[in-house]
Amino acid sequence: MSRLLCAALCAFALLISAPSQARDKTEVVIAAPWEVTSFDPAVSGFAFQRLQIMETLVDANAEGQLRPGLATHWAASDDGLEWTFSLREGVRFHDGTPLDAEAAAAALKRAAAQPGVLTKAPVAGIKVRDGAVVVMLERPFAALPALLAHSTTVILAPAALNADGDPAAGIGTGPFKIDAFSPPQSVTLVRNDDYWGQKASLGQATYLAAGRAETRALLAESGDADLVFTLDPSGFARLGSVDAVKTVSVPIPRVVTLKLNAGHPYLSDPRARQALSLAVDRAGIATGITRFPEAAAGQLFPPALDQWHDKSLEPLGHDVRKSKALLAELGWEPGDDGILTRDGERFSLLLRTFPDRPELPLIAAALQDQWRAVGVELEVSVSNYSEIPAGHKDGSLHVALYARNYGLTPDPIGTTLADFGEGGGDWGAMGWENATVAEALAAIAASDDSAERKLHIGTVVKALQQELPVIPIVWYQHTAAIASGLDGVVIDPLERSYGLSAVKWIE
Amino acid sequence: MDRIAPRTGLAAALAARGLQAVLVALIVGVVSFAMMQALPGDAAYRIAAGRYGYDMMDAASAEAVRIELGLDRPWVVQLLSWLGALAQFDLGRSLVTGMPVVEEVAHQLGYSLILAAGAVFTSVLIAVPAGIAAGLHPGGAFDRLTLGLSILVRAIPAFALGVVLILLLAVHAKLFPVAGFRGPEHLVLPSLTLGLGLAAVSNRVVRDAVVDAMAADWRLFARTKGLPAHRTVIHHVLRNAALPVVAYVGVQLAYLVEGVVIVEAVFAWPGIGHALVHAIFSRDIAMVQGTALTLGLLYVVLNLLIDLACRGIDPRSRSSA
Repeated sequence: MSRLLCAALCAFALLISAPSQARDKTEVVIAAPWEVTSFDPAVSGFAFQRLQIMETLVDANAEGQLRPGLATHWAASDDGLEWTFSLREGVRFHDGTPLDAEAAAAALKRAAAQPGVLTKAPVAGIKVRDGAVVVMLERPFAALPALLAHSTTVILAPAALNADGDPAAGIGTGPFKIDAFSPPQSVTLVRNDDYWGQKASLGQATYLAAGRAETRALLAESGDADLVFTLDPSGFARLGSVDAVKTVSVPIPRVVTLKLNAGHPYLSDPRARQALSLAVDRAGIATGITRFPEAAAGQLFPPALDQWHDKSLEPLGHDVRKSKALLAELGWEPGDDGILTRDGERFSLLLRTFPDRPELPLIAAALQDQWRAVGVELEVSVSNYSEIPAGHKDGSLHVALYARNYGLTPDPIGTTLADFGEGGGDWGAMGWENATVAEALAAIAASDDSAERKLHIGTVVKALQQELPVIPIVWYQHTAAIASGLDGVVIDPLERSYGLSAVKWIE
Repeated sequence: MDRIAPRTGLAAALAARGLQAVLVALIVGVVSFAMMQALPGDAAYRIAAGRYGYDMMDAASAEAVRIELGLDRPWVVQLLSWLGALAQFDLGRSLVTGMPVVEEVAHQLGYSLILAAGAVFTSVLIAVPAGIAAGLHPGGAFDRLTLGLSILVRAIPAFALGVVLILLLAVHAKLFPVAGFRGPEHLVLPSLTLGLGLAAVSNRVVRDAVVDAMAADWRLFARTKGLPAHRTVIHHVLRNAALPVVAYVGVQLAYLVEGVVIVEAVFAWPGIGHALVHAIFSRDIAMVQGTALTLGLLYVVLNLLIDLACRGIDPRSRSSA
């Protein structure tokens, strides 16, 4: 009977296993954690941009410098209130319809009305004039072209909208077009042979959203996926010893930060925030949890943001004794269980974080331990990330841990302005106001004079380092595994593109 | 035994299941709505988070979602508008993706059913021969071996089993792909992962059913009247033993459709369990109601199919006694 069983199993296996597919050498499979759920650029634009299905008016290279995209050049009026973007000629959408200023303006109007980076700019209106797109502003905003490089501003064809005005198809202008769309897990692309620029050498590509890091590492190891993004530390280490795969990591402008409610009585004094910062062993976290020792965040902005990273700044350090001394200065005294007390109140805080980035709960646990060493009790609540802006709004938040992306756009001014400008931000300062910083940020946003910007950026960076409205913990590394036969792969630190159009197989 | 004519019996069974379906639809819709309302946290924030991701999500986007979806309306109004639409067979649109719920559920349910069918097929293929072999010689070496293996496999979480199978069969032996859903070969490992877990229990059900049937009076009678042992097994024992087994497979099917969340995640398989969990995280009430409704109705249909299968196997329930 068991022989029969064995025979049946073998027959079953033969029946359903197609002969091991030797994949076509003009195709790649990409695996990443992010699901693609919709055709809407506000929701899934990041994927359409990375896969080069849709394009923005402004493009950026891997160094973050702006370059022409669907717009060939752009200029602001003398008063800085009107930006004109001249469109590239002869560009066609994947359905054959031409890209004209009406189509681009309609897509941008839609983007400005939806959550996305355009809401960070003081946009007063978008119109068409003499075949160019004109963006009108309420006040000068020099970083507007950088915002128009962001994925939520990709240009979707008017034909992709249904009768209700909602996107019902993924028609863009990029070097690849959508062949099959199976939300949320997969998108299959084919080359756009009518692309206006350098045509891709790959004929086909498949994007697979694999939520689990173990699965992605195994996909890379087995060769089922050729380009695998965002690996966990153990997977990254193991793939380092697999011959058929090379692993790369590049620093990206994403920072794991602690948001502090500076309106909270325990945290309102800058010395309290400095003490909590001194209690953090960043090197330990960077070595033990994220496993890139050089990524300990000595200041908020990482080296990848070279205009905002200040090499001369003294890095935030780890000094338990100094931390304790600062807290003692503020009137805190150790209680019976080692937790500090002041006027009968325990120094106890609640930290909110979320599990979508798997290292965050681990870092939260490390912080819990490190703060206990200076007598601060930290409770950790791992929940949905929307609890952080919700807690910011209703004032109930004490401390939050998250990864903030300062590279959403090539110029981080939009994000920094939202985070540290007047009134603080959902993902930035809370209960913290600094008029000098707010003025400097407004001046940076309005100016495109590099010397003036540099001066103001210096002011902002020093104030953030001193007053610590948020405490930086570690900088992020973007990790990827690349099949060794693939040539031309560039890992974009701004995560704007997978660079598929330049990728090809070498024999 | 009721004494209804067979045809009326069948019609009555169908009518009863039909009524059950309507009740299930109502109860599932209302209960899932109530449970979503009872969850902590602000729905507008969760929906905005599900839509825009945390790089883009903030209080302003949450307020925009609240206005767009009318989440500030009283809950009674929201529930009634859902029920009103349901009466016209309209499940609405996903609050997160904006796609019609029917399309999303159909897409994901299809993949889940394929996976469930693959898993049940694999489990039957393993459990039936193993269970029969063990049941024919209870207490024998093979019986003890399968018991040990069953306990071992059952004790391994599906997630770990999946990763082990990927490592062995995909990465090292290179027999099957790791994950994804592009061709039939992608079905093998997730089916095997689930099927092994199911077979670990169902082979014991088969074994017990066979042991019972082998010890039954009617089998002794069949042997006494002179039938050779193998003929009693083929003609009588297997048919009688099939009844509890088929009923148990029905239970497993229902468990499978919703219980595969982890396996779907490991194998990047777009199923309904995965969709339901994501919908709950992001408070996508329309998707939760639509998915729960589909699963509820699926239970009814599966029960009906199992009833019919059992009627086919067991003549006593068909003819008047």
